[in-house]
Amino acid sequence: MSATLIGQPVRRKEDVRFLTGAGQYTSDIAVPNATHAYFLRSPHAHANIRKIDTTRARSAAGVVGVFTAADLTGVGGLPCGWLITSSDGTPMKEPPHPVLAQGKARYVGDPVALVVAESPSQAKDAAELIDVDYERLPAVVHCVETLKPGAPQIHDAAPGNKCYHWTLGDKAATDAGFAKAAHVTKIDIVNNRLIPNAIEPRAATATYHRNDDSYTIYVANQNPHLERLLMAAFVLGLPEHKVRIIAPDVGGAFGSKIYLYPEETAITWASKRVNRSISWVAERSEAFLADAHGRDHVTHAELALDKDGKFLAMRVRTTANMGAYLSTFASCIPTILYATLLAGQYTTPAIHCEVTASFTNTAPVDAYRGAGRPEATFVVERLVHQAAVEMGIPQDQIRRNNFIRAFPYQTPVALLYDTGDYEASLDDAMKAADVAGFAARKADAKKRGKLRGLGYASYIEACGLAPSNVAGALGARAGLYEAGTVRVHPTGSVTVFTGSHSHGQSHETTFAQVVADRLGIPIENVDVVHGDTGRIPFGMGTYGSRSLAVGGSAIVKALDKIIAKGKKIAAHLLEASDADIEFKDGKFTVVGTDRSKAFGEIALTAYVPHNYPLDKLEPGLDETAFYDPTNFTFPAGTHICEVEVDPDTGAVSVAGFTACDDFGNIINPLVVAGQVHGGVAQGIGQALLEHAIYDPESGQLLTGSMMDYALPRADDVPSFKVSHTVTPCTHNPLGAKGCGEAGAIGAPAALMNAVMDALEPLGVKHLDMPASPHRVWQAINAARA
Amino acid sequence: MKQSLTVNGRSITTDVDDPRMLLVDFLRGTLGLTGTHVGCDTGQCGACTVHMNGMAVKSCTILAAQAAGTDVVTIEGLSGAEPGSMHPMQAAFKECHGLQCGFCTPGMVMSAIDLVNRYPGASEDTIRAELEGNLCRCTGYHNIVMAVQHGAAAMGR
Repeated sequence: MSATLIGQPVRRKEDVRFLTGAGQYTSDIAVPNATHAYFLRSPHAHANIRKIDTTRARSAAGVVGVFTAADLTGVGGLPCGWLITSSDGTPMKEPPHPVLAQGKARYVGDPVALVVAESPSQAKDAAELIDVDYERLPAVVHCVETLKPGAPQIHDAAPGNKCYHWTLGDKAATDAGFAKAAHVTKIDIVNNRLIPNAIEPRAATATYHRNDDSYTIYVANQNPHLERLLMAAFVLGLPEHKVRIIAPDVGGAFGSKIYLYPEETAITWASKRVNRSISWVAERSEAFLADAHGRDHVTHAELALDKDGKFLAMRVRTTANMGAYLSTFASCIPTILYATLLAGQYTTPAIHCEVTASFTNTAPVDAYRGAGRPEATFVVERLVHQAAVEMGIPQDQIRRNNFIRAFPYQTPVALLYDTGDYEASLDDAMKAADVAGFAARKADAKKRGKLRGLGYASYIEACGLAPSNVAGALGARAGLYEAGTVRVHPTGSVTVFTGSHSHGQSHETTFAQVVADRLGIPIENVDVVHGDTGRIPFGMGTYGSRSLAVGGSAIVKALDKIIAKGKKIAAHLLEASDADIEFKDGKFTVVGTDRSKAFGEIALTAYVPHNYPLDKLEPGLDETAFYDPTNFTFPAGTHICEVEVDPDTGAVSVAGFTACDDFGNIINPLVVAGQVHGGVAQGIGQALLEHAIYDPESGQLLTGSMMDYALPRADDVPSFKVSHTVTPCTHNPLGAKGCGEAGAIGAPAALMNAVMDALEPLGVKHLDMPASPHRVWQAINAARA
Repeated sequence: MKQSLTVNGRSITTDVDDPRMLLVDFLRGTLGLTGTHVGCDTGQCGACTVHMNGMAVKSCTILAAQAAGTDVVTIEGLSGAEPGSMHPMQAAFKECHGLQCGFCTPGMVMSAIDLVNRYPGASEDTIRAELEGNLCRCTGYHNIVMAVQHGAAAMGR
């Protein structure tokens, strides 16, 4: 086998089970004698809970147990995984996050009671019999309003509803940049609140085993080891070795299944109390109310430029909504994953960013695909677009004038970019998007009464958050490495155990490509196992586009160990020295000879060690490695969107979308293109369709179903043009950077810049996402008036 | 209440005790056919799509009792008996990478087959419009549209 599998569009190993209905998602796994959970949730955004009477519910048909906060003695609150320190040196405010509402409900959907019954409908019926005496309180849902004097106070532990005030960058240098500016562009931005809406709702099944006082929990989750650590050690006070978390097939996540949620925690605790397995599947309305939401920033940003359009300094002030409680990684999203990205692809020498995080009577807000980086890209690329318009510089030219060209590059906002070629992706994207032909298409649209616009987003993202010690110094309460085990079986087939988790990312195929390629064995002989704390040594899971760059690198390290040991075995068999053995195309060969042993022979020898150096080498061929990256990776690229606006209706249609990305080395281009398509569709969703709206008075979620919250459908998006440039990552063995979030990061800015390009000639100065027909029509007519 | 229906070619007579039971819960819970998924409570996501008397229907909007006497095909009933064998539309989804997490996929495939049966030679616009009732959050639909076109060709439609 000499043809490399790296870079091949290998069809997916996981597809047959998904296509034939044999996938095993959490709610597909039948656990014997399981009961069913239903959570009674607060109908009020903010209310004191004076009394909960569960008497009638307890005696309802089929009910096995009813539990409220009063029952959860000894159960801790849900922790936040990242400590942000405010600019005054004080730690962020971390108000308690009880598993079930304790004395007060703080958002519509806050779980108040858990009902366990023989069937889901019995549990639901019984929940209606619970009498909760609520004392309604005024609510506040807007991240800026909540900080104003007189706003309803949500937590005693967070005066003024402030979580933290954090800054990054050199303020004096930034002020100096503005002082010498020839031009200053200012912009106000709302980054609209989104609801992730993975098509598989969250679900969990918890079982308590009396025989050994242990638990097994199936849960739709992106990082089962982290879930176990948080749930066992921090909330329930259980020893980790008594808790097994299995995240089986997971039907999409996009960040929303990273976190430790109240529901799986409550049913795990209750499974011991009722001594039965408990199964819970969220209804879609619960997903809207109680999955962690995304984005929700309000930002004022300014860019200082010299007379030639060279960026001198950037000033950004952002308020970020945390929701009612701090979700697992909520605090680091608008700080570590946002402000650090404000340099974008540009040499802006001074940047200062100020972030205030606030509590509101809304669902917790945390990472959603891109997580901080789409928000940063939106700020940077909207500023750049507007500056170019104001100064009369072509959009591509202003970007070229400011691109970083020498690497490594230290930004003024903490990151060290290892490599990139931003002009190459811009050029490639412009060619693929046929920018040269745009004027003709615009003229043609005009004849049809339509307005055509073209928008750019030259984005950067930081993936594979690392290294652990630096993240720790920045407040991370977890490590950011990944683990992988390569187990070679006696007959030479291989099982890989990875701490990464696939919920659509195709690891079973791409990781198998890496292993089969390195070992020179058929890909059919490699299986990848993920998502089970009982089988995998450890793992930090999948988020932040880290799986290949970090999880894949851990596997490569384990493969290196396998090959090194294989060389020793081969040297013994071939009566050569270790140093004289080379491994290539699945064969261990004595250099310069035709004497060799196939990989399978070495595997068999390792497990049947009759002729084996037992005095200096252990039998077996099974190696584990942990990989802690030395830096982030920095995928980057240019996205170009072309839109057509109907001025009579305000409807925006996406006429074309081109993405040219640099993800470093690519293992499977088919999979990578799929990741880009999906990300772009979510980005188009944010820019055109999606908006989570809470009523400002009542705090009710007005967009609480798929009828009210517009997810992109097949006819809302076009076919996409996807291409790549490659500068391999310099510090991981695969040269990979990560591709999962780029689409969602670049698309909103590219699309809104395109809409603005279409509308600016009419005098439209500003438009917020989503650019719904209503908003666009209003903007056009306001400008005309 | 006893009722009879055909599921994936097999005649089934069963008791449906709870009159509120939905067809999807009957398929998943009673028959263990968990390939049909539930993604929403409001009939919008299409993950629960099955064929009833040859037409695509959302099995979360139909009571199990209403299925009496009908011929139901689920994703498990599309392929042949051979392990790993697939209907041409299933094979097209694999070939075109028309699925990622796989959760919407069974419903998407059932809708796609119904679509190409109703619209032979369907254009991209028609395919996109006809897939309105099936939500996918992973693929951005690009490869799904391609898969439907490939599947249609393989089905001779």
